[in-house]
Amino acid sequence: MGFFDRLKEGLKKTRDATFGKIKTLLSFSKIDAETLEQIEELLITSDISVSTTEKIIRGLKDKMKSEKSPTQALKRALLDLLEGDAYLRVPEKPPMVISIVGVNGGGKTTTTGKLAKRFKEEKKEVVLAAADTFRAAAIDQLRVWAEERAGVPLIAHEPGADSAAVAYDAVSHALSKKKDIVLIDTAGRLHTKDNLMEELKKLHRVIKKIIPEAPHEVLLVLDATTGQNGLAQAKKFLETVGVTGIVLTKLDGTAKGGIALSIKDELGLPIKYVGVGEKIDDLRPFVAEDFVNALLEGEDE
Amino acid sequence: MFESLQEKLEKAFKSLRGQGKISEKNIQEAIRMVKLSLLEADVNYKVVKDFIEKVKEKAIGAEVFNSLTPDQQFIKIVRDELTALMGEKHEKLRFTQKPSPIMLVGLQGSGKTTTGAKLARIIKSEGRKVLLVAADIYRPAAIDQLEILGAEIGVTVFSGDRRHVDKICQEGMKLAIGSLYDVVIFDTAGRLHINEEMMREVEKVREIVKPDEVLMVLDAMIGQDAVQTAKTFNDRLAVTGFVLTKMDGDARGGVALSIRSVTGKPIKFIGVSEKIDGLEAFYPDRLSSRILGLGDVLSLIEKVEQTIDEKKAKELEKKLRKADFTFNDFLEQIRQIQKMGSLRSILEMLPGGSKLKGVTVDEKQIKHVEAIICSMTKKERANPKLINYSRKKRIALGSGRPLPEVTKLLDNFENMKKMVKKIGKMGPKGLSRLPF
Repeated sequence: MGFFDRLKEGLKKTRDATFGKIKTLLSFSKIDAETLEQIEELLITSDISVSTTEKIIRGLKDKMKSEKSPTQALKRALLDLLEGDAYLRVPEKPPMVISIVGVNGGGKTTTTGKLAKRFKEEKKEVVLAAADTFRAAAIDQLRVWAEERAGVPLIAHEPGADSAAVAYDAVSHALSKKKDIVLIDTAGRLHTKDNLMEELKKLHRVIKKIIPEAPHEVLLVLDATTGQNGLAQAKKFLETVGVTGIVLTKLDGTAKGGIALSIKDELGLPIKYVGVGEKIDDLRPFVAEDFVNALLEGEDE
Repeated sequence: MFESLQEKLEKAFKSLRGQGKISEKNIQEAIRMVKLSLLEADVNYKVVKDFIEKVKEKAIGAEVFNSLTPDQQFIKIVRDELTALMGEKHEKLRFTQKPSPIMLVGLQGSGKTTTGAKLARIIKSEGRKVLLVAADIYRPAAIDQLEILGAEIGVTVFSGDRRHVDKICQEGMKLAIGSLYDVVIFDTAGRLHINEEMMREVEKVREIVKPDEVLMVLDAMIGQDAVQTAKTFNDRLAVTGFVLTKMDGDARGGVALSIRSVTGKPIKFIGVSEKIDGLEAFYPDRLSSRILGLGDVLSLIEKVEQTIDEKKAKELEKKLRKADFTFNDFLEQIRQIQKMGSLRSILEMLPGGSKLKGVTVDEKQIKHVEAIICSMTKKERANPKLINYSRKKRIALGSGRPLPEVTKLLDNFENMKKMVKKIGKMGPKGLSRLPF
């Protein structure tokens, strides 16, 4: 096989995996036991929890009374679950402080960089705080985003420094320079590590000394490939640091991020942004309709 | 968060007590429990379906051993079936060439770079000369990260021109050959399995370095999509094994079952802490219990054995028997337990330990106890009876803990000694368990 054939073949594969196998499941016309099992499989393989899946199926049966097609009924049932306000809570007086939290490897630093770019394009004055002082080279990684990609100032200390002090400096800098938004990139931590969760709590406590309402938003970065453990993560982060919303990253793969739907269902936390690619503009505000459509793109056997 | 499978099964089998055989009818509820438990552990939907069929087949008609209750018998069947699927022993790395190349591949954020450094540390500690090659030119500062970690463990990191993956890998290989390295680890960039361009890049690296091992690094928290990802990576790169990272969280790690049944390749290592020594050999039989929510008693036993110095334990046993256990011994104990990791992680390994999820174990408390003991004089530690009110006040001041806490510790210590005396009378068997 020549190089171009391989290239074409490869591209076809990509297309098949992402767009090709669209909506085969949605062709069913009535709801019988077999269809219900197909729907259950679709929902569970999207990482929606068993209990949310059961709830959706109940909702689907209910919606069948008013909707003509089962497809529409399922869509409605899913959209109902996602209903709610996904806007950021903007304070009356700037700066707005946004803390980015989550487990290791979810994409916090990248999300922080992309958000900075996004806000800057909206003509906001942004400050970044490199509060991940633990992971090797995390500060350098954020610096590349700040200086080369988003073009916003970065407040950073030495590796290993007190992360709360970095956040404190960034917020007081923003206040004195009348900036609009402070984005705090915190270190990744597993929700089961009590001491690390305490450290995060302390970081928030310290910035409250400057702005009592801060952080105005605490965004939990969740990798779309995450399974059922996502719920445990969200629950613990919500309890400890009052998460206000989810950023669902890496949706450009084949994972559907269904656990975010269970998080919304069980904890009421809205999805606020989704990451759909590696480019700087690939972080977008969450649109429930698009998310549901992507969920329903079934696969051929 | 989850009721353990054991408890669920106990409930499901209550009606079954006294019946000699497991039948299709009386097993339905139990089968459903196992199915739910596996799904909640993120085992892939299709894999669960196949697995359940197999268990049903084995369980129906199985005689219940006299020594087991039907639920225990059933758990045994499930567990054996899981272990059969996962393989039984730890599969080691193969080194067939010198230098022996190892490639680390996987999705973004799974932990490749950290794993690379941890793996290098293990291989170095086995007396092999190891080189790390930084082939992730995409993520900002990924190369810096590997260099920092390399410096920490005293392993050379090669990053070439930091721009061309092919060239970095070729030159890295050359360096490894020229400088007589035993093992060379290639840290590749994270990539999506559906990104054709990136998958081709890593295929090319594979052609260049002709690795002994291609290890796919996977996050233990990954959900249903793991199957698709692992399958594609395996198809394109002929993966030789997996590394499951972030196993120190509370994810049940059902992915282990899914990838094994889809690719047939073993899991070789698991990541168990953020620290540089947090990579361990993987033992399949132990994970079955975790996936099922049965607690990981085996791992716990091993951990205790590793940490507690046998000789010291013997000495302690002697002392206990004579009941001249002092605060010095107590301090020693506390420090040994701390070496095993956080109290919480130890508790969670016990069956039913998952029930403790809501309970916060106050690690600080142990630190406080340590501080109080350290504020005692040597004489006081050897003979706590000496400690009167004014000494107590001094200890409280020295340790920075309130006075009632000091009193409480002294009381508890006396009670413990009394208890130990009682157990001591039960003979050596009762005692050998005490160090933990």
